[in-house]
Amino acid sequence: MSDVSTPDTVAAALSTSAPVKGRSLWADARTRLVRNRAALASIVVLTFVAIACIVGPLVTGHDYDQVYQDYVRVPAQWQAYPTPDQIGPAVDRIASRMRAKVESQQVTGDTLRVTLTAPRAIDERLLVYFERSDLFRTAKVVEKADEGKKLVADVPIKRNHFLFGTDSNGRDLLTRTLFAGRISLAIGVLATTVAILIGVLWGATAGYLGGRIDNLMMRAVDVLYSLPFIFFVILLVVFFGRNFVLMFLAVGAVEWLDMARIVRGQTLSIKRQEYVQAAEALGVTTGGILRRHVIPNTLGPVVVYMTLLVPKVILLESFLSFLGLGVQEPMTSWGVLIAEGAKNIQGSTWMLVFPSIFLTGTLFCLNFIGDGLRDALDPKDR
Amino acid sequence: MGLYVIRRLLSAIPTLFLIVTISFFLIRVAPGGPFDLERPLEAKVMENLRKIYQLDQPLWYQYWLYLSALMRGDLGPSFYFRDFTIGELFARGLPISMRLGFTALLLAVVVGGTLGVIAAFRQNQPTDYAVVGLATFGITVPTFVVAPILQIVFGLTLSWFPVGGWNDGAVRNTVLPILTLALPQVAVVARMTRAAMIEVLRSNHVRTLRANGLPLPVIVRHALRGAALPVVSYLGPAAAALLTGSVVVETIFGIPGIGRYFVEGALNRDYTLVMGTVIVIAIFVLVFNLLVDLVYALIDPRVRYE
Repeated sequence: MSDVSTPDTVAAALSTSAPVKGRSLWADARTRLVRNRAALASIVVLTFVAIACIVGPLVTGHDYDQVYQDYVRVPAQWQAYPTPDQIGPAVDRIASRMRAKVESQQVTGDTLRVTLTAPRAIDERLLVYFERSDLFRTAKVVEKADEGKKLVADVPIKRNHFLFGTDSNGRDLLTRTLFAGRISLAIGVLATTVAILIGVLWGATAGYLGGRIDNLMMRAVDVLYSLPFIFFVILLVVFFGRNFVLMFLAVGAVEWLDMARIVRGQTLSIKRQEYVQAAEALGVTTGGILRRHVIPNTLGPVVVYMTLLVPKVILLESFLSFLGLGVQEPMTSWGVLIAEGAKNIQGSTWMLVFPSIFLTGTLFCLNFIGDGLRDALDPKDR
Repeated sequence: MGLYVIRRLLSAIPTLFLIVTISFFLIRVAPGGPFDLERPLEAKVMENLRKIYQLDQPLWYQYWLYLSALMRGDLGPSFYFRDFTIGELFARGLPISMRLGFTALLLAVVVGGTLGVIAAFRQNQPTDYAVVGLATFGITVPTFVVAPILQIVFGLTLSWFPVGGWNDGAVRNTVLPILTLALPQVAVVARMTRAAMIEVLRSNHVRTLRANGLPLPVIVRHALRGAALPVVSYLGPAAAALLTGSVVVETIFGIPGIGRYFVEGALNRDYTLVMGTVIVIAIFVLVFNLLVDLVYALIDPRVRYE
């Protein structure tokens, strides 16, 4: 059968088939969004990043605040640490703490056989120094000679993976980047939710009630608008200090101004619609009309604005962290990691590169999704 | 037109007054004071300092003092940069920030505008995708990532430009900061110009021009007029922000502009410095919004101001 419908087939279809199922705005938007390849790819990538950030820190094998003193600022690499050229100096260091000399050392597989000599008898208990280092596990004595002045020991090597390298405190950067992602994403979502809630309620109320109340409410928005935004944010940091949840609730409480304007504009046109007048005639309360008719119909632009606000907030957070006003150690966010990476860019580029890739990747995705949603929800563009 | 400008400037006064009032009391409510040090000052010293700066007076009286000084154009002494008045600080830093900001703005308009127009004419072709990709990149990569990368590449590896410092405004020293400032703006302008141009290229008058086979420059000139409106209204606030300096760029490149004053002032409770910065920024925003409206009238003959 061809796809072109002749009058006959149309008539047949009309007489026999079930009633045509209407397409809702949202179902329609969804199909158009899925057809947009950039947006779809962004959704996939973003989901992957989010899952990695939530689950990742549990499976990397390191804690986000675990310090490896022997692995400060080691570069990112696929092979496990320690590298062969790291073992020699480490053994020398440990031996000198034991007041002994290394006569020979040999690595076979994951074990190191080391022969120590000293002018006096070596105290076996000092072998605990091996265990205390991040490179080895518990040493086992194999052989003792010369009244204890010579000691052969087998030391298992502790293998660690640092796929993204470590930071200047010797913490695993992969774990920290993923953990930071949790914080950054949580902040973005949290602040945006607050902003959307306040903005939608404020805008819908102002637009629907109109008149003097509208005037007053929007005048307040105008005055807040003309205050330099960063001034507010820095003051909020000063007020709330290190409590970052409170701070980002407050940032959300500042970011609602655009939302209020958009929703008010939408509401003004919606309240002239027949279905709203019908609801009024039926005696539905103002709150009821707002909930049932006005707010659901403003959601299109709200969703678009929301996806664009999340990256804005994440950027703002990283900006504050860069200034040293954001999340405090040992907690971390992408902004904190990038700020630290920028300081260590000479010599330890990986500290800037990996968090930057995660941050910009996430922002890229959110921007593409926002653009895709705008196109999908635009009724002009069928 | 002249009357309109005067009316707009007059109506800016109450707005400015509100801004001054709100920020005056907000910064005063913040905990801590300008003379809090790691090791607290002796009580007597503190008392004397507070007396000199009139911080011992009741708050409403201080507000009155500040307002009346402001009327005479006096922004007061700085609490943090002792020996300097706020006026002196701005006289030194503002020209520097403005020079960087203005060049970055110029770059944004010329480069961003050109890229946007080219992309619009080649919609859904590789050139277009390249421009859109570049623009998205410019918007999403934060300045504090771009700046160190530029420093590494052009400062250390190629050693074309110094990594930082002002060096009395030598051109070589301004290249990297200007690039950093301009990149996100170029991106935004390119995106906006592209979107607006695509819309205008579909409009009847441009289609007629194209149908009549007029040369490309003529078509571009006609289309640009219509496409410029949204870009101009974005450029107003953006120009105000650029000309008043950027904290990140000035910190990373060690430039003595005024961008850092906001953060430093708020963190050190330098009340007068914060107030001065708020006022300067607010004036820039108000002036540039007025300029935007005037440029509207130039571009769009339907807009008239009586």
